[in-house]
Amino acid sequence: MTDVLAPDASSPGTPHKPVKARSVLRQLLARPLAVLGLVIIALVVLAAVFAPLVAPYDPGEQFFEGLTIEGAPLPPNGQFWFGTDLLGRDLLSRLIFGAQTSLTIGVVSNGIAVLIGSLVGITAGYFRGWLGAILMRFTDLMMSFPALLLAIVLAAIFRPSLWIVAVVIAMVNWVQVARVLYAETSSLSEREFIVAERSLGAGTALILFRHILPHLVSTIIVWATLGISTTVLLEATLSFLGVGVRPPTPSWGNIIFENQTYFASAPWLVFIPGVAIILLALGFNLVGDALRDVLDPTARGRQP
Amino acid sequence: MTLYILRRLLQAVLILFGISVVTYALLYLLPADPVRQIAGRSATAETVESIRQQLGLDRPVYEQYWRYLTGLLQGDLGRSYLQRTEVSELIAARLPASLMLMAGGIVCELIIGLTLGVLAAVRRGSNFDNLLMVGSFVGVSAPQFVVGILLLYVFAVQLGWFPIGGYGSFRHLVLPALTLGLLGAGWYARMMRSSMIEVLRQDFIRTAEAKGIKRHQVLLRHAVPNAILPILAMIGIDIGIFMSGIVVVESVFSWPGIGQLAWQAIQRVDIPIIMGVTLISACAIVLGNLLADLAAPFIDPRIKLR
Repeated sequence: MTDVLAPDASSPGTPHKPVKARSVLRQLLARPLAVLGLVIIALVVLAAVFAPLVAPYDPGEQFFEGLTIEGAPLPPNGQFWFGTDLLGRDLLSRLIFGAQTSLTIGVVSNGIAVLIGSLVGITAGYFRGWLGAILMRFTDLMMSFPALLLAIVLAAIFRPSLWIVAVVIAMVNWVQVARVLYAETSSLSEREFIVAERSLGAGTALILFRHILPHLVSTIIVWATLGISTTVLLEATLSFLGVGVRPPTPSWGNIIFENQTYFASAPWLVFIPGVAIILLALGFNLVGDALRDVLDPTARGRQP
Repeated sequence: MTLYILRRLLQAVLILFGISVVTYALLYLLPADPVRQIAGRSATAETVESIRQQLGLDRPVYEQYWRYLTGLLQGDLGRSYLQRTEVSELIAARLPASLMLMAGGIVCELIIGLTLGVLAAVRRGSNFDNLLMVGSFVGVSAPQFVVGILLLYVFAVQLGWFPIGGYGSFRHLVLPALTLGLLGAGWYARMMRSSMIEVLRQDFIRTAEAKGIKRHQVLLRHAVPNAILPILAMIGIDIGIFMSGIVVVESVFSWPGIGQLAWQAIQRVDIPIIMGVTLISACAIVLGNLLADLAAPFIDPRIKLR
């Protein structure tokens, strides 16, 4: 890594070069940690998409032979690779179907968060004035709430289903994106090439979509990736607290919620799903961080 | 300077007002009817109506909010619907436990994070440095409840060094504080690492080394104090993360603080308690941010106030 800073690289709004997908992918593949992240994500996506084919059993089926004579769950063994849960269901199958839940919420919820955050941030940054002031003060206000507590309150208000949980998490997570995009847009819109466009009589829509948005794409891509990790963790936490995805729909968080009181006698029921959550969040963190390095060379200069 | 502080204070007050409005609005949307909850299923229509009047819930929204706000300014957070106690008393009773937990968390994250950060900066590019980098990635990817249960399993169940949960002695505090602190430790380690690298590159360090001062003295007396300053201002911002963390950690370790209070209140739809805790947490966050902003220029005089 070099410590050289480009002369004009100090301002956060330095326009990034337009993103070229193929070269970005090539640079990602040159980083071992990013490749590890991509492999983890690919495995989870495959497991989720082909869940009915991959899973050895039905995730809801309670096996008679899945419990000991005393009614205790079985530790990992030849028939049930990851053991069984308190109701004698196959943990591996529940994890594979749980991957669908985590990924759906991760992608959908973070997608909504990035969309709301972009709309608020770009609008406030480009128009500024009273509209920008109102939007950003509201963003500050939302930032002052403890994220988890706010999500719990929201989840308690709207009896959670899978989609409601996704929306609740989005309503908490859009704030960061709005902040970052506001800063970038407002400094971009003061730069000469935008001022020139405006003085040439270019319309607002044209400037926003042709000239501002392309410079924000890399930031948006980075947040769309890193944010999935935050979302996956928040979903797991909400489900663990019992206000997220409700059983019997398996989610990695609610598998731990259902079995946590038995963690001393049946530790696999807590730690195998726990590892699954960590791996998925890690995957998106690794890829997101590498993307930030690849897409925004100035950020690399700042933290050698 | 005075003007800056005044303006910043005014901003904080406005945000606090906004917080009270949003909290109130959110809980007004709650579909569960608290009156039914208090009166029980078999209550007659008249009983329900009289409880509704007693609680002032038959009044228009803005009137209810006004009453809530004026009470708030006098330190009155309302009464719990179900426990029939003042919310401020319930919170005050639970607050010391939460504050102790948060203090423990801050101590853990600073000791672990700063130490690892300094070591990584000194041995930049070494295996240790790379390991720490990967470790901090795993740290931010691990949900706190998994970390908490893991610590419980290893140190309480298997090794028996610490109690499984509860409150009372220093030994009860260790595992919850560690759980709360580990998340931030990875973050502080990375910040401290880059801050140290920045400082080590500067001339006064080279001068100190040229004067023949021993390596560890250069590090401890000259580099570390300079590198730590910008990071200390971040502690205020941490409070927000801690406020979310205590709900999870207190639930895992049955720690009797305000996180658990809020948690139980949500199960029972005890609105005044939920509002009280959310409000107190948000106030703590606003104050934390305010302190961080005000402390920054004192810690580093190069920061200019605007």
